[in-house]
Amino acid sequence: MKALAARRHHRFAPVVLLLLALLVTGGVYAAFAPTPANAETASTEDIETGQKLFQANCATCHGPNAEGTATAPSLVGVGAASVDFQVSTGRMPMQMDGPQAIQKPRQFDEEQTAQLAAYVASLGAGPAIPTDEQVDAELGDAANGAALFRTNCAMCHNAIGAGGALSEGKFAPPLWETSERNIYQAMLTGPQSMPVFNDATMTPEEKRDIITFLVDQREGSAGGLSLGSLGPVSEGLWAWIVGMGLLIGAAVWIGAKSS
Amino acid sequence: MTTSTGTAAPKKSAAPTTPAGKAADYLDQRTGIGVAVKEFARKVFPDHWSFLLGEIALYSFVVLILTGIFLTMFFVPSMSLVTYHGEPASMDGVLMSDAFASTLHMSFEVRGGLLMRQIHHWAALIFMAAIVTHMMRVFFTGAFRKPREVNWLVGMLLMIMGLAAGFSGYSLPDDVLSGNGLRITDGVVKSIPLIGSYMSYFIFGGEFPGEHIIPRLFTVHILLVPGLILALVALHLFFVVLHKHTQYPGGGRTDTNVVGYPLFPVYVAKAGGFFFVVFGILALMGGTMAINNVWNYGPYDPSPVSAGAQPDWYMLFLEGSLRLMPGQTEFVIGGYTLSLNVLIPAVVVPGLLFTFLFVYPFLEAAVTKDKREHHVLDRPRNVPVRTGLGVAFLTAFIILALAGSNDLIATHFSMSINTITWVFRILIFVGPWFAFWITKRICLGLQRKDRELVLHGHETGRIVRFAHGEYIEVHRPLDEQERWLRVNYQAHEPLAIEPATDSRGVRRKGYKKDKRLQRLSRFFYEDRIEPVTPDELAAAHSHGEHDALEGGSHEQIEAGAATVGGRRDLVEPEKGADERP
Repeated sequence: MKALAARRHHRFAPVVLLLLALLVTGGVYAAFAPTPANAETASTEDIETGQKLFQANCATCHGPNAEGTATAPSLVGVGAASVDFQVSTGRMPMQMDGPQAIQKPRQFDEEQTAQLAAYVASLGAGPAIPTDEQVDAELGDAANGAALFRTNCAMCHNAIGAGGALSEGKFAPPLWETSERNIYQAMLTGPQSMPVFNDATMTPEEKRDIITFLVDQREGSAGGLSLGSLGPVSEGLWAWIVGMGLLIGAAVWIGAKSS
Repeated sequence: MTTSTGTAAPKKSAAPTTPAGKAADYLDQRTGIGVAVKEFARKVFPDHWSFLLGEIALYSFVVLILTGIFLTMFFVPSMSLVTYHGEPASMDGVLMSDAFASTLHMSFEVRGGLLMRQIHHWAALIFMAAIVTHMMRVFFTGAFRKPREVNWLVGMLLMIMGLAAGFSGYSLPDDVLSGNGLRITDGVVKSIPLIGSYMSYFIFGGEFPGEHIIPRLFTVHILLVPGLILALVALHLFFVVLHKHTQYPGGGRTDTNVVGYPLFPVYVAKAGGFFFVVFGILALMGGTMAINNVWNYGPYDPSPVSAGAQPDWYMLFLEGSLRLMPGQTEFVIGGYTLSLNVLIPAVVVPGLLFTFLFVYPFLEAAVTKDKREHHVLDRPRNVPVRTGLGVAFLTAFIILALAGSNDLIATHFSMSINTITWVFRILIFVGPWFAFWITKRICLGLQRKDRELVLHGHETGRIVRFAHGEYIEVHRPLDEQERWLRVNYQAHEPLAIEPATDSRGVRRKGYKKDKRLQRLSRFFYEDRIEPVTPDELAAAHSHGEHDALEGGSHEQIEAGAATVGGRRDLVEPEKGADERP
């Protein structure tokens, strides 16, 4: 200790410290950085079938080698998670040009979706499909999820995920019907207008907390019919329709000429 | 009980024998209450469902007080921070204010607490809705005319106090939504030139949100505003008794009588029963429909704003007004910011709307120069411009409220929010004008229809053919009640003013003011349909008889018609032949 203390005013001390700091930062980063996961154990056969599916269904817009065209983005490096999200929710293949791709009945089954995902993942490293454990709502913390949801998601998706409007006809969809895996993938890949919440900005545990919070909301409201959980506007509408409707009905009944 | 009091009231009659009678007599001898009871029990009120709208407001206010007292027992009006433990899972272990924690506690731990909260909130929405519908009834039927102008003002103040009560209550739980509302309030206050920032510091006791606003709003919400509402309600009802109730036009109803039933027993039973109906419906809503689930929004923190953050419906017009205003109208003048983008939509627009409501009765009195007392209501069609202005006002209010819900319209009808906003920006200028024009035309059309009906009677669908081949439809004249309703109104004319100069050619003082008033009066009463006069009616009938008497055989036909349903009227042969095959 004494030797260190004696040399702390050495003129090279700042340089040494800087080097040390850089080394530590770099080392910590290397240890904790999100590893760009590859499609796990996808067989070459899957990739080849996926390629055929891709060329038959997706290449018109995304280009024969998924390199992108003027109308659709390149898919090199988007990862298996993105493909799984877009295809399993029916958003891709898109049937119609519009403000945003609309959710519809899925066109490919589980296996075909996996093959497509494997093909796209083979083109370049990207986020992988999350594991069952990563999206298990039982393991998360609803209170932390609620806090994260309030600060990161509620401005578009409404306070408890009832959905909301974006500009020019785009919208943030309601989240109660969305599967846990799709919620995770959406956060991971940021489809369409949604920002990307990669593992550095939001850890996998935090993503799971949000899923727990959202799954909780499926149970409905403690106060009775949730009226869509859309806030004061729908409450006002129901006050007029149900409340004033019944009350004016009663008034007409009472005010009717008594004989 | 009340019956016994009635019998006990004549003091010198036989002493009461029943226990209730004795008790009433005891009370009467000491308070003289029998006189008041007798007076009130015989008070006559007219019968109509629309006269119960104000009662809905009154009864929801009673429900608000009852549930409010319950909530006060558990609410902690404090902004000091605590860590909450308990239901729901999404709020467990979260740092929040005492106000929010106590709201959660009363919703999840206190027996019946959530029910009381929900009844309270639904009652607040219904309270305002009933006030607004009651105001519509009063406006469109002209019940604000002399001698009731002052009571209209009292009602206006009651509505504004209702808004204040709603606003202060909405802000109390200290959740994100109510905090967002307060933040907008803060912005609106700050937009007022010169004094804005000082006012904001004064209201919040420092920089927003500070630590004082919840306790202050609590005092406003549970003491100041309800006290004022109670006092104003008392005044409002006192005026109703003093002026006597208005009545709809009809046979036998004049400005000097009231046709209806006595308060006791008919209205005591009806109104008393109606209170329980109102309470029952509010309890049903509170028990089955979730409202303002604050745990969805979480404890207030200035950073998050969720989609679908809106005020309760009665404030929605302000939100819409803000949403419609383009943001480029903010100017910096000499280092000071003039926020017209907030000032105009949140201060000027509501100011204009409320001013219109405040001055309207006096405006109409001025352009009508009508000093008579009015106790018989107008049919809305007989005052086309007033009805048109009322509908235009409502149109503006509804457009603003819809603009405040533009995001929900966009998601629920798959439309672009930008397009919706632009459509409303145009509609807010065009819509009210258009609504006024259409309504006025409809009113005039209905008045013409009334004239037609009075002059020619009801179509009966009976076609009669004369011997020479001419067809006519038999019209049945209106009975006296029907006719009275349609002819007994006054069609005001534009003001006639004295000339600009007197006989000696000297300019008259006040001529310009009169001229302006006349121009306004012309806007009100230029287009008008006069009611049918007795002479016109007689002429129309003789015209019919003249037709009928034209040929010899006509007399028999008319006589035949008369035997079926009393007096028959034969009119407009050519038309009748065209109309019905």
